[in-house]
This record gives sequence, C-alpha cells and structure tokens, in this order.
Amino acid sequence: MDSALIPKGVKRCPIWQFALGLGVVGAVLLWGVYAMILCWFKGLNQTNMNDYYGFALWIWADLAVIALGGGAFFTGLLKYVIGKDELKNIINYAVLIGFICYSSALLILAIDVGQPLRSWFIFWHANVHSMLTEVAFCLSCYFCVLTIEYIPLILENRQLDKVPFVHNLSHTMHEYMAVFAATGAFLSFFHQGSLGGVAGVLFGRPFAYREHLFIWPWTFFLFTWSAAAYGPCFTLLVTRITEKITRKQLVKDTTIQLLAKIAGWMMFTYIIAKIIDTVYWATTTAPSLGFTLKDFYSNNPVYGYWILFAEIVLCGVVPALMLITPKIRSNRLLLTLATILAVIGVSLNRWVMVLQVMAVPVMSFDIWAMYYPSWQEVATTILPVAYGIILIMISYRYLPIFPQEAELNPLEPEADMAAAAGTEETTEEVPEPGLTPAEA
Amino acid sequence: MFPFNFEWMWDMSHIVFMGGLWYALGILGAGMTFCVVKAILDTANGKGGHHH
Amino acid sequence: MKHSGNFGKPKRYGMVIDLDKCTGCGACMVACMAENNVPFKEDESKKLDSISWLQVYRLTNGKPYPDAEVCYLPRPCQHCAGKHEGHSPCVSVCPATATDYDQQTGIVSQIYTRCFGCRYCMGACPYHARHFNWWDPVWPKGMEKYLNPDVSARMRGIVEKCNFCFQRYQKATEKAHAEGRRDLEENEYQTACTQACPAGAIIFGDLNNPKHAVHQIAKPNLKKGGQPQNPKAFRLLEELETNTKVYYLSSKQWVQDAIHKPHLLDQKEAHH
Repeated sequence: MDSALIPKGVKRCPIWQFALGLGVVGAVLLWGVYAMILCWFKGLNQTNMNDYYGFALWIWADLAVIALGGGAFFTGLLKYVIGKDELKNIINYAVLIGFICYSSALLILAIDVGQPLRSWFIFWHANVHSMLTEVAFCLSCYFCVLTIEYIPLILENRQLDKVPFVHNLSHTMHEYMAVFAATGAFLSFFHQGSLGGVAGVLFGRPFAYREHLFIWPWTFFLFTWSAAAYGPCFTLLVTRITEKITRKQLVKDTTIQLLAKIAGWMMFTYIIAKIIDTVYWATTTAPSLGFTLKDFYSNNPVYGYWILFAEIVLCGVVPALMLITPKIRSNRLLLTLATILAVIGVSLNRWVMVLQVMAVPVMSFDIWAMYYPSWQEVATTILPVAYGIILIMISYRYLPIFPQEAELNPLEPEADMAAAAGTEETTEEVPEPGLTPAEA
Repeated sequence: MFPFNFEWMWDMSHIVFMGGLWYALGILGAGMTFCVVKAILDTANGKGGHHH
Repeated sequence: MKHSGNFGKPKRYGMVIDLDKCTGCGACMVACMAENNVPFKEDESKKLDSISWLQVYRLTNGKPYPDAEVCYLPRPCQHCAGKHEGHSPCVSVCPATATDYDQQTGIVSQIYTRCFGCRYCMGACPYHARHFNWWDPVWPKGMEKYLNPDVSARMRGIVEKCNFCFQRYQKATEKAHAEGRRDLEENEYQTACTQACPAGAIIFGDLNNPKHAVHQIAKPNLKKGGQPQNPKAFRLLEELETNTKVYYLSSKQWVQDAIHKPHLLDQKEAHH
C-alpha cells in the first residue's frame, strides 16, 4: 500500500503490522496528552510538586533527555568538524534521536512552567546573568540546528526526492552541513554547560554549589563533558534496540566500535574529572559552607552513600573501563551492557543534581523533604518516550536513516519489488512502549 | 532580546550574551537562505533530475 | 531598574527578631496574610504547598522533661544582599528578571505579572521563603471585600514572597514627598508583622541608620557583609554569605548552637 514511499533496496513490515504498532504506542501517547491537558488547564496542582520541590520529575527528565540527546551534537562534531567520516553511517540516527530528545525537552518545559503563555518572557525580559536564560536561548537555537539537520533526511524520502528542487535542497544542505554542525556544537557546549550551571551557581544550596572558573561553576564543564561522553552511548543503545526489534543489522561494526571507543575515552576522562570534583567538593567546598558530606547522605530514607557509588563507580568507572577495553567492547552483549550502565549513570547524575538538591535541608532546623510524582507527572514524562518511538517508527519506515542497511541486508533479487507486500514476519518493526533493552 | 529593546542598559554582559545569540542565529539564517537560494538556482539550471 | 526615586541615601531595611520574646503565637503570620492578601486553601493540612510569607518554626533542644526547652523562630524572607549588594540567591537566577533587588531600600521584590513560574528562585532560596501559587486564589464568600486594596492578588502559576510590606513603604514615601521630606521617620514605615507582634519581638527599620533601633541592636558591620557585632545576634546560614537583613537575638546558648550545627535539634517544624 505504502510501498512507493519505502526507501529502495530495503524491506519493511506489512502496513497492518506497522499500524498496529503505531496504535499501541499512540494509546500511550494519548494518555500523556490527556495528562498534559490536565496540567495546562487545571494548573500544576495536578502534580506532587510543592514549595520544597519546585524542581521535580520533569526537570530531571528534561536534563536527562538533553544529556542523552548529546549524541547528536558530539557525533556531528566528530563527523563534520573533526572529520571522522566513518560516523556518516550513524549520524542520521544520532540526529533523529537528538531531535526527539530536544523537542521532548522543550515540550516538558512548556508543561513545567506555571504560566506557559508567558514563556516568551524569558526571551523578552532576559536576565543574561541567569544560567536558565542561557539554557533557554541555546536550547531553542540548537533545536533549530537539529531541525535543519533533520530536514534533508526527510527530503530524501523516495517520492520527495523526485522533485528537483527538493533534491537540490537536500543535496546543498548536506554539502554545507559542517557549518550547521559546528554552530550546533557551539550552542550545545553552552546549553549543556549552563544546565550544569543551573545547579552549580546555587550558593544557597551547598549540595549543588561548586567553585567557579570565570563565571562558570565546575558543573558547567562537567555537564558538557558528560553529555558528549554519555550521549553517544544512548545513540548506540537505541541503535542496538532498533536492530533487535527489526531483527537485522543496520550499522556496521566498525562504525559502532569507533563511536563506542570515543565515548569510552570521553567517559573515562570525564569520570576522573568528576571524581576530583566530588572529592574537592566534599573536603573543601561543602565544609567551607558549614556542611559535612554526612549531612547530605544521612537522616533520610533514600539518599545514602550508595547513590555516589552507583553514579560514579558502577555506572561511571565500570562502563568507561568496559568501553576502552577493545576485547570487552567488541563483544556485542558486553557493549550493550556498558551502554545501559552509562545511560543509567548519566540519568542518575542529573537526578542527583536536581532532586537531591531539593531534598537536602539547608537550615539546621529544616527537614528532608521526600517526593514522589503524581500519575500526571509520570504520564507527561512517558509522553515524550511514546512520541519518540512513533517518530522513529515513521522515520525508519519511510526515510533512508541507515545508509548501510541495504548492503547489510541484501534482498533476494525478485523480492525487490514485492518487498512491501511481503507476508513473512522476519522484518518486524513493532517497538514495545518504553525503551526496555531487548533480551540481548 | 532585540537591539532596540531599551529595557536594560547595554553593558558588557548584555553585549556578549546577545551578540552570541545573534551571531548563532545569523549563521543559521544565512546558511539556510544560502541553501535555499542555491537549490533554486540549481533547479533553474536544470540540475537534480532523477538520480543526481 | 538600578535606582528607584531619589529619596536620599540608600537604605537597608531589615529586622531584628528577639527569639527570647517570641511566644510562637502566630499573630505575625495572620497579620501578614491579611495585609498581603495571601491566599489559602480550604484544607490547610498539607503544609508544603501552603503559602505563608512568614513562617514560624519550632525548635526544641531535644532533651526530655524537665530539661526540655522550646524556641520559636519566625522566618520572613531574609532579603539577602549576597556577596555584592544585589547578588541575592534568587535575584541572580531569575531568567525573566521577575524578581528584583532594589538598591534604594535593599528589598527583594517579586514582579507578579512578569513571573512565568519556572520556580528556579524557589530552588535557589535556602530559607524556603518563596512560595508558588499552585491554585488560583479562592476567597470565602464576602471576604473579597476585606482584601487590601493596596496589594494585588496573585494568580495561579507564579511565585510570591515577603516584600517587607513594600506597599507601606510606597505610601509612606508618597506622603513624605508630598510634605517635602526626603527621608522617612522610623515609625512611618513598619511591616504588618512588626505591628502585630504582642510581645514586641520584631523590630523593623533601616540598618544603615544609626538612629534606628535595628542598627543599634544588631550593630551590623557594614564592612564585613553586615555581620552582627552584638554577641547575642546572629543570622541564618551566615556561612553561605547570603548577607541577609534579618537578625535574630537569643540569650540561650543551645539556640545559637543549634542554628549553626545541624543534628543538635530534633528536626521538627511548627506550622501554625
């Protein structure tokens, strides 16, 4: 039925299967949209946030998807600016994942603010000394970059590409992509950093506060660094999940290994910096503000030293060592395990820098405040996941995302034309809701 | 946000911040304009039929 | 805005709260709510999303009877000046310039019509002095007639906080201006909580003015970020260099210790 739209030389599942998958994920999406509408029309009293938890699940999700979406800018930087041409085989997917992550982040922010209709005030009445202003500006600009990077991919759809102007436009955009990618890297450096700065400048919150280099607290650099290190891991993980679901190899091992190796070394250097930062903060910064490390990790039901261990050692040092060891890295199973640990690690870091900051009492007579999200918060946080799966499904079906797919999965000669009408179930593409790692 | 906005004093931090913003937006805008114009010209010159 | 009006030398309005005198009656909280049209919920049992610009905390020394002692600590916005005048934790982070440090009075204000509810300022404030309007205000029938006409009611989705009854400052300065005066007398501008306290535990005035009681009692060292020179006086979280304008007095050593060292207290909170 839609065979005319499907890229040449590849096979896709029958349309009914595709529609069924869309329907299942779409139902989850609608649930999220319903919660979103509740929040917009009834207000943020629909959440379990309170005056102690002004920042909660959403802001964590926001920071996490932006860190995970960092694979787009860093892969782009490597491919277009540094010249790692091998990465052309995964850059499309990295861009698509980045586009999903950043559009989700913007959507979450639109739900999160108390007066969404006044969101433009952040641009109009900008306080240039606020880290959040820098975030808003760079985030919006970088989303433009991602859109520019995604457009030529859409234009490469088989039917669109037949239009001469469209063909020329996507060709030209590809040709000059380095300019956009470099601008994207510049913007990403600043907004990833200022997201770290958001916590690091809080001199009223000794748990978050860090010393500054010029106007930037150390968390500024740590956040940029970690996004560059952990973002590609998410790209690799989603690629692996996609391969599991479609039951075919989509990217050659050389590309995967190269990106994994670079991510591993980035992570290795990052985690050393993070350890130095943590030690300095625990022994010098916090005591100078009247706090000991114990104050941050005791007297409450959740936040203990385990979280430090989990973030830095188990989901930091361990995956970094795994990825820089060629023997481990070249084992697909262990590679997937390392990327899972890495994704958990960076998400945990963002959680700590948002939620634990809010939880730790600062005044000596104050309390540890605990928080759990309401269903509306959970639904609106799952909403972007469902949206992302849908966008991946559609993009994968109709756009040439993986340049190596046809070569890696040659069609039988006569099956070429009949591919879309095929009835075999070997080329499934029905992702389950939620990015659960496949039974690798 | 705009240069004619008189709400704040144009001190160093505003010049640096807004300068960076307009610099980035300028590159994106000019880059896209260039791509579209080039694509139009190429099309007019008969390029971009089937298969490059 | 760097300077608001030309009313003589810059002021540093601040408070001294004598904890020895505070009985924890909560009259200050009530007066504050009435003066500033602070909205409330039908069910006020869930305290973490209630709005109270002035919060009275209860501190105990954690000892059993007969050595148990209690101290009540009223906490308005501390109107931090930060390391350099105006670098308050909240003002420095607000992305939309919706909260402002007035260099003329030292008062941290909130611009309700500009705040878009990102709540970054709440995260920045270590005193929990800032509150979010989780609901639109609903007044019991007839009560809207008793609202203070000098204070705008706030809508859902924005942050609000104590502003040292700034509307009273505006009224007093207008009057003084009309009479051809540049400076206010000490008693011309007083906050609602100060006037409501039956024990006289709250004193309000200009910390820069040696004639004002707050200056005489707290003896702020203006060269050292306003640190109190009165040994009985202290400020909350002095180490963070928030440079607050609310000073506390206590003659009890355990209270002074407890303020500075966590874990000496039962972490209990009193919400009246």
